[in-house]
Amino acid sequence: MSLADASAAARARIFATLGKSLSAGRLAAATDGATADPAAADARIAARPRGIRPARVDRDPAGLIALFVEQAVAVQATVARLAKPDAVPQAVADYLAEHNQPARLRCAPQRWLTGLDWAATALEVSQGPAAADDTASLTGAVVGVAETGTLMLASGPAGPTTLNFLPDTHIVALRAEQVVASYEDGWDRIRAAGPMPRTVNMITGPSRTGDIEQVIQLGAHGPRRLHILLIGEAAAGSAR
Amino acid sequence: MQPTSLAFKETARRALDDAQLQRALLNMKPGFQQRRAGTVAKLPEFDALRDQARAIKNHTLANLDHYLTRFEAQVQAAGGHVHWAATAQEATDIVVALCRAAGARTVTKGKSMVAEEIALNDALQAAGFHPLETDLGEYIIQLRDECPSHIIAPALHLTRQQITRTFQEAHTHLPADRPLDEPRQLTDEARAVLRDGFLGADVGITGANFLVAETGSTVIVTNEGNGDLTQTLPKTHIVVSSIEKVVPTLEDTTTILRLLARSATGQEFSAYTTFSTGPRRADDPDGPEAFHVVLVDNGRAALLATEAAEALRCIRCGACMNHCPVYGAVGGHAYGWVVPGPIGAALDPGLIGVETARHLPNASTFCGRCESVCPMRIPLTTIMRHWRTQEHARKLSPGRIRWGLGVWAYVAARPRLYRLCTRLGVAAMAWVGRRRGHLRRWPGAEGWTRYRDLPAPQGGTFVDRWQRGERGAPARETGR
Repeated sequence: MSLADASAAARARIFATLGKSLSAGRLAAATDGATADPAAADARIAARPRGIRPARVDRDPAGLIALFVEQAVAVQATVARLAKPDAVPQAVADYLAEHNQPARLRCAPQRWLTGLDWAATALEVSQGPAAADDTASLTGAVVGVAETGTLMLASGPAGPTTLNFLPDTHIVALRAEQVVASYEDGWDRIRAAGPMPRTVNMITGPSRTGDIEQVIQLGAHGPRRLHILLIGEAAAGSAR
Repeated sequence: MQPTSLAFKETARRALDDAQLQRALLNMKPGFQQRRAGTVAKLPEFDALRDQARAIKNHTLANLDHYLTRFEAQVQAAGGHVHWAATAQEATDIVVALCRAAGARTVTKGKSMVAEEIALNDALQAAGFHPLETDLGEYIIQLRDECPSHIIAPALHLTRQQITRTFQEAHTHLPADRPLDEPRQLTDEARAVLRDGFLGADVGITGANFLVAETGSTVIVTNEGNGDLTQTLPKTHIVVSSIEKVVPTLEDTTTILRLLARSATGQEFSAYTTFSTGPRRADDPDGPEAFHVVLVDNGRAALLATEAAEALRCIRCGACMNHCPVYGAVGGHAYGWVVPGPIGAALDPGLIGVETARHLPNASTFCGRCESVCPMRIPLTTIMRHWRTQEHARKLSPGRIRWGLGVWAYVAARPRLYRLCTRLGVAAMAWVGRRRGHLRRWPGAEGWTRYRDLPAPQGGTFVDRWQRGERGAPARETGR
């Protein structure tokens, strides 16, 4: 039997069992009367109701930025505030020097980053996906989520996923207007940009593990350092 | 993996005598328990989120066929492939065939409990592939040829000294006198060794914490980043997931994500939560060229029709075992199957049979701590009680115990007889213990008196004292 035939046969068996189980009525008793209702299921997917939004994000834009920074720092990311994108190259160069990292940078192919005046620094800058010997990367992000200091990054021509995981140092450039309250706001922006990308990464601090005696170690397999360059100030007065 | 749950009494006794294990288990309280408590306290909406998550999953399970169909269609629309496996054997056959078709040699793996359940590594090895576990804990136990002892911390049962020895024995290409005592050094060494594995792999296999019906996305939640390297670098990404992982929308996933890390490791959010939808797109600079999802039933569809159905809401956070006094005393290996602890006691009899797993629902004090921390509000003790009833009804427990229960039930159903018996029993115990105030031995209570004295009863039976009007203030508040 071919792989496809075997899979189709298994599918039929699974769905037959599911049909029997779901119609047995036992489940409804166990689950407060939740019953099979395909129309309700389709409606849920169409309406995409949001769940509870933690009250901690009920703030104005400046308050959200403050919360984002606080939360990111709490998970061992570092944050530098910059007035303008022009300041990014020097900030990257300074950060790498400060951490004794090679003066090399792999940059996401985004014009607003690659088009900066990198020649003014001593950095060797290239663009594209990461290779094994890349030590530092610079990427953008779709949003920064204030709720937990989480970055949401989407794959695409301007967002190679390898940049987020292979290099020892991951630097993310984030504009102030990209800081949102909750993850759901991030989903809205990702949906608005087009079809679901191959990869969406929610990144909250650098890589870590607690697998040895529950002692937390940073830099398990992914980046040892996550540095966020937060550019600009909150738009004044526009309360959410 | 072959279940050894039937030997629970023996394995548990050995675990209690294992000094290394007991030392490793001590890390649970300051680790998991205190971190969870601290993080939950910071989110006043936590309990309301639990109610929402429970409702989402109930709705999804009631419409599981519909949501699975939708998920399948969305994966295909994104250019991926969906394969169905009713049994463990079918699942491993599919993965092996996919690895063959990909011309693979080395296969990297992210942590997956379903992969453990279907014994995927054994199947891959038998087929001539070299599976490499990349989660630090999984890597350690793969080197030691052990099974995970905890669903989110597979090497929880090991001390750093044991891990040091394991690495010294396995990494013979490194200088024998290198410093390797600290968790930092061990982590760095594993990072360096596994980097080459990531870069050389032909196929990457991950599990899934969620399957999103709306988009056809699979979701992994990790801290190390190994899952992402596993699924991003090779040409083929295979996701192995059980069917109950599906949730309707990205918003629903998000609601449950707010509970997962807090309940599991006590983090507000895990370092990496990754949504994968289909293979790389035409203009993507990296990512896998092929994307396969293997959906495994292995008994879950049938479990939906039983009293244990609610256990399928489980999101595998591990909070129940982290807070379980029995798990804390014997660790995960004693349970003898992939999912240990209270959720194992609720799920395993339904998946591997009451005959094989009948000891597990009995390995509980019914203190209810597991239920009090379960983010999905699974009635764990109720389900365990259901399996105990099954064990009794199907005459699987020893005749002596069933006979004893029968006698007790006969007496307990006849109040006057019951009162007479308890009065006599209390009087006898009080008389025997009249001098010391306690009993050194008592027939039928050797399990207790072998290790400690049994206090002698004072002042008659509870019913007698109640009828005499004794209503002393409770010594302390009971916390429920």
